[in-house]
Amino acid sequence: MHSTPDEVLIGRIANGDRLAMQVLYARYHVRVFRFVVRLVRDEATAEDVISDVFLDVWRQAGRFEARSRVSTWLLAIARFKAISALRRRRDEELGEEAAAAIEDPSDNPATALEKKDKSAMLRKCLAGLSAEHREIIDLVYYHEKSVEDAAEIVGIPENTVKTRMFYARKRLAELLKSEGIERGWP
Amino acid sequence: MNAINEEPEHQEIEALLPWYAAGTLSRRDANRVEQALAGDRELARQYDLVREELVETIHLNETLGAPSARAMERLFAAIDAEEARAPRHSRLFDFGSRIPEFLSSVTRRTLAWSATAAAVAILVQAAVIGSVVVKEQGGPSGPRLTSAPSEGSYAVVRFAPQATADDMTNFLRAYKATVVEGPLKGQLYRIRLSETKLPEEEVGKIVRQMQSESNIVGFVAAKE
Repeated sequence: MHSTPDEVLIGRIANGDRLAMQVLYARYHVRVFRFVVRLVRDEATAEDVISDVFLDVWRQAGRFEARSRVSTWLLAIARFKAISALRRRRDEELGEEAAAAIEDPSDNPATALEKKDKSAMLRKCLAGLSAEHREIIDLVYYHEKSVEDAAEIVGIPENTVKTRMFYARKRLAELLKSEGIERGWP
Repeated sequence: MNAINEEPEHQEIEALLPWYAAGTLSRRDANRVEQALAGDRELARQYDLVREELVETIHLNETLGAPSARAMERLFAAIDAEEARAPRHSRLFDFGSRIPEFLSSVTRRTLAWSATAAAVAILVQAAVIGSVVVKEQGGPSGPRLTSAPSEGSYAVVRFAPQATADDMTNFLRAYKATVVEGPLKGQLYRIRLSETKLPEEEVGKIVRQMQSESNIVGFVAAKE
């Protein structure tokens, strides 16, 4: 099946095509939501943020520059708005320790019994990383962003993207070690 | 990157493993990683760890669910509210001048039916198109209407008397066209359809599409 390219949808949105807006929303809202909810750690806030992200798309579609991929552009807008939303929340000064204490989204009575399970522990530690480290891990592993795209979204040089990813993984290994899982690295 | 005394090439390859696992490396870098993995057991073990992380990151994200319908309702309510306040076509191109307001409020209702007023409308139309060019091409120091480049594909167009500034700019934008010369005799403008030379059939197709928008253009034809 041939689907309309993102860039074509953006062009139609720039001309006020609501249907194109709905198609773009359907295509990306879940991924953008997940990216945002991992940053703001609150579903209601994340829903507000994604509404704002796509409203910006509606308003700014005419200014979209095709040198970026649409998904990269969306995540860059989402990141900016998520950070703004966090700044508005006085209680959002979550350090890594506080974040680690947050309930694992996959935590429930059944999975609690499997806490010794390495996979579950890995997910718990991924959830416990700092916002900066969660963000780069998600962009690379889940959102399939290249070094260049991640650099554009986060607004940092490409070499910094690589080193940030390295230190995120290193921190992850340390968290796992503190939970009794030794990976032999770093 | 793992240890200070490691070779830079090894460190660089190690840093690329997450992107290699995600399939987002260039072909060249992917080849470099593949070759290194084939002859380096420690790097291969590293790669296994990366793959574990990738799988669990996907798993974790997939447990996050999806936004409720409230997010979409909120979005389209906001779009509706914006459209009610300011119809989309008036937002697409901000001239930063009073001319569009003047055109939209006066041209349609008053000027179109008067010969004298029609002449005024043409003058204002030229001013508006001039402002389009100035805005699009970078200000007063940019190319002037009388300088017509020869590369690309072109057409000549005469806008309908009742066409507003928004109509014209939306029309030009929709066809990714740029006014490069005018006004010529008969209130025609030369517009560039493409910076590269398009096949004749394609130019003909674009021109036919333009001709169908008779509420905006009174005349349009391909021009070398």
